[in-house]
Amino acid sequence: MLVLVLGALVILGAIYAEPVPPEKTVVVPPKAVVQRPLDETVVVLPSPDGHTGTVVVQRGSERHVLNQPFAASRLTGGQSAMAQLSDAEVRQSFSVALQALPARPTTFLLYFVTGTDELTDESKGELKKILAALKQRAVPDIMVAGHTDTVGDPEANDLLSVQRAERVKGFLIQIGIPSTQVQTAGRGQRELLVPTADNIDEPRNRRVEINVR
Amino acid sequence: MRWTLLVCLFCFAAGVWAGDVGQIKAATGAVFLERQGQRLPATLGMPVLESDTLVTGADGSAGVTFSDNSVLSVGPGSVLAIERYAFDSTTHNGHFDASLKKGTLAVVSGKMVKQSPDAMRVRTPSSIMGVRGTEFVVKVIEPGN
Repeated sequence: MLVLVLGALVILGAIYAEPVPPEKTVVVPPKAVVQRPLDETVVVLPSPDGHTGTVVVQRGSERHVLNQPFAASRLTGGQSAMAQLSDAEVRQSFSVALQALPARPTTFLLYFVTGTDELTDESKGELKKILAALKQRAVPDIMVAGHTDTVGDPEANDLLSVQRAERVKGFLIQIGIPSTQVQTAGRGQRELLVPTADNIDEPRNRRVEINVR
Repeated sequence: MRWTLLVCLFCFAAGVWAGDVGQIKAATGAVFLERQGQRLPATLGMPVLESDTLVTGADGSAGVTFSDNSVLSVGPGSVLAIERYAFDSTTHNGHFDASLKKGTLAVVSGKMVKQSPDAMRVRTPSSIMGVRGTEFVVKVIEPGN
């Protein structure tokens, strides 16, 4: 008798211990698949000098020629169309990318007193502005090229042009630009900004060009 | 003649650019260059090579200056592939193909576009853009839920 009762208990225990099979009838409501379509915008901007270039957008068989400031080509909700955006709209929508845009590569010119590596008074004033502009650049690559006019003999001018370039490099290093980022070259009287005959005192040829990017 | 000399001088002087097509000039937040299957953290001054892909995180932005003086930048959540780039600093001939998979892009075209108007092309998932010497911005929002 006892054996039977115990046996029954063991059987019952086994039944209750058995894991409840997972409910398989749970109905997952079908999720509405709202697939946002591809969305694109292309906008032409005016350059700082006011000029606006052209971007031709070819989207499938459509061709959008953008050549006005803030003219746009858009793909929204599967629809492709041209649009006219405002300056503020574009600046806001692209603010982070526009902020990260590196300063444009540019060239500065400094002029010298005849036969020396001394800057003209005007260029001394200009130098301050140039140095301030260069300081704005996080990692500038700078090429300083010295030049002379055609007064004096060409070999002496080669030397003088190197001295001019080195003098300017010195100014750059003084404001903390690493010397490894500044390269110099002397071009003597080989690259006249204003073509002249030999032995012509031309102030515009006595110069240093600072190419920076 | 003057220009040829100037250009030669420039290539000679710009030795730091040999082999590189560009250089990272700005990097904020998470910025990477994907190069041959590797993901390299992008830092200021780092060279950019042809076939690199510039990737930014949700807080990232980056700017690059190229050897032809074109500059570009990307905003957060962007993937930009520099698919083809070549520039001859003597003739100013070259080609520049980039592809924005997603995110935002700002571009100022450089010398090669001045030389030949079809030199630069930017692709998006839906379009291909021909660039005729200009500044422009592009945004791609991928399909999603």
